[in-house]
Amino acid sequence: MRHTISVLVENKFGVLSRVSGLFSGRGFNIESLSVGETIDRSVSLMTIVTTGDDQIVEQITKQLNKLIDVIKVVDFMDVDHVEREMVLLKVSPRKNDKSEFLKLAEIFRGRIVDSGPATFTVEITGDEKKIAAFIELVKPYGIKEFVRTGKVAIAREGVKKT
Amino acid sequence: MKMSGAEILIECLKREGVKHIFGYPGGVVLNIFDVLYDEKEIELILTRHEQGAVHAADGYARASGKTGVCIVTSGPGATNTVTGIATASMDSIPLVVFSGQVPTMLIGNDAFQEADIVGITRPCTKHNYLVKDINDLARTVREAFYIASTGRPGPVLIDLPKDVTAGTAEFKWPEEVSIRSYNPTYHGNKWMIRQAAQMIAKSKKPVIMAGGGVIISGAAKELRELAETAAIPVTTTLMGLGGFPGSHRLSMGMLGMHGTYYANKAVQDADLLIGIGVRFDDRVTGRTSAFAPGAKIIHIDIDPTSIRKNVRVDLPVVGDVKNVLRDILKIIREQKGQWEAVRKSWLKQIDAWKREKPLSYTFDKKIIKPEFVVEKIYEISKGRAIICTEVGQNQMWAAQFYKYDEPRKWLSSGGLGTMGYGFPAAIGAQIACPGKLVVDIAGDGSIQMNIQELATAVVNRLPVKVAILNNGYLGMVRQWQELFFRERYSHTRLDTVPDFVRVAEAYGAVGLRAVKPEEVEPVIREAFSIKDRPVFMDFIVDWREKVFPMVPAGAAIDEMIFEEEKKPEKKLKAVK
Repeated sequence: MRHTISVLVENKFGVLSRVSGLFSGRGFNIESLSVGETIDRSVSLMTIVTTGDDQIVEQITKQLNKLIDVIKVVDFMDVDHVEREMVLLKVSPRKNDKSEFLKLAEIFRGRIVDSGPATFTVEITGDEKKIAAFIELVKPYGIKEFVRTGKVAIAREGVKKT
Repeated sequence: MKMSGAEILIECLKREGVKHIFGYPGGVVLNIFDVLYDEKEIELILTRHEQGAVHAADGYARASGKTGVCIVTSGPGATNTVTGIATASMDSIPLVVFSGQVPTMLIGNDAFQEADIVGITRPCTKHNYLVKDINDLARTVREAFYIASTGRPGPVLIDLPKDVTAGTAEFKWPEEVSIRSYNPTYHGNKWMIRQAAQMIAKSKKPVIMAGGGVIISGAAKELRELAETAAIPVTTTLMGLGGFPGSHRLSMGMLGMHGTYYANKAVQDADLLIGIGVRFDDRVTGRTSAFAPGAKIIHIDIDPTSIRKNVRVDLPVVGDVKNVLRDILKIIREQKGQWEAVRKSWLKQIDAWKREKPLSYTFDKKIIKPEFVVEKIYEISKGRAIICTEVGQNQMWAAQFYKYDEPRKWLSSGGLGTMGYGFPAAIGAQIACPGKLVVDIAGDGSIQMNIQELATAVVNRLPVKVAILNNGYLGMVRQWQELFFRERYSHTRLDTVPDFVRVAEAYGAVGLRAVKPEEVEPVIREAFSIKDRPVFMDFIVDWREKVFPMVPAGAAIDEMIFEEEKKPEKKLKAVK
């Protein structure tokens, strides 16, 4: 099962390696990881996407909690939440396909953030399904470069995070 | 008042109540050692290797319950501590290790004697620090001692760049420690505790499995009261030896790979298994899918990650063992059950297993059996010695044939299985307990891994006794080769080199040797009478002797092999 876990940590040097070391040392996989400061600058938030059965994910969340620099761990599996990820794609459609490609980007609410004689760079934001669908559809136009931020997640209003 | 970083450090140690430090000097810790030169309240014990320093601090901590402290230099000094730190980490031993570091300006430059020790020890410490600002030093030391000794204890490393110990700052002692992200759970959930008491009341065939957590939390008394009140037989893990009196009628000794027949049988036949301060190591459970098949499992531990890590658990209770046992005991007492009567047939069954296959070996008149040596040490020390061990056969025989009636009398590297642990640990234990008899039960292989610490023991006039069960082999590996690798003794023969008596004498210690069984007792008695120097007792023992019972790796714990079966059955295949 794929889990999105958010980890509130002390904003100190070395914390990222404690967290990533915890995963690598136990053979757990990190699919994506994004980190940033929160409003309180002494605290950072990591959003980690990982896969594993219930026992593995239970171990992951417990082990994360055990790290001294970890303040709070939330597994979004059982929490009603919103997830987003941003992707930047550099696509080189052939001349005749350009307008079709731009329409497609528009349907997915993509924004063209850069364009040149040969390529468009499109920014797209969404949940896992939307992004996967867009990538699938854009593939035939020729993806030159591709970069993604990793997922971030936030609980919906009124949802109690345990 | 302005103080140097080194002075601040030593002042912090005093306020933490530190009396002894184990260490080794070097370039970047010169400032600290210079302060120690005039220091009256804290004694630094100079070992002969940094690994020895960490094991000694570990032995000091296990024997006394206090936090062990080490100071070493950067680079190789720091990397030499890694095995000791990992040993302490696996066995939850409170240590604070200070390593010197190159000046902050040079960090990352591959400077002379630079190693990223914070990076290296990250997975084997409970927590670690690099102090970059002298103003953080006092608070960091305070936090380190707090983290090392509370919750599930463990080693904490503090890396001290040279400019931090050489610089000056205002000394401010933080009276309070509060770490927002570190709050161990000390009291068990009330509902869980009631459930546990109910499960104990309902059970017809309960077994308590007690581990190192009982000793760490100081819960031996509560454990004994629970076992006696509710008439529950107790088996201990290797780490739990001494947590419950080994000579008690309810004691079944150790369980697991080299556990007793009756302990393993009881666990496999139980309808309730109460794991107390244990982590269900693979050496204890054997094949987990076949472990305690008929039992509901209650697991009491302060570390939530221990729970459901290796075995299924029906009722987890997260909390300090002492508190949880006290709470359960209160409910059990209120129930006023006729426990002895309820458990009568179960206890009778266990007694029958005890009679059927007790721990045993075949005495020989001509050649010394290693088990005989351990028995004699038990007899002559009247069971009151602090026993340290190395790792391998010596460790298992010391666990099987010496009965530990009190906690903190058994110091052995359980989790990591570190050869070379016992002798320096014995030195640490002797410093923590100056008047007590401290014996390291060693093998001829293990003792050579930290034999240089003889100098430490001689210089400090420590009457540590080392009983070398000398079989000329790396005995435990040889045993596996005999049983599972068609007696192909690949690189396990040590050829009874060196002459341990002469090694001891060269260092200024006493060396004694026993070759025949009748020489064993006089050698032990003579060794025990020496009070001002370490003693090596070289027992030339039967190299063929193996540790039994034995559960092959990957087997269920009741699939044991015994002494009389000279060869294992074909179905018992070794799994790594």
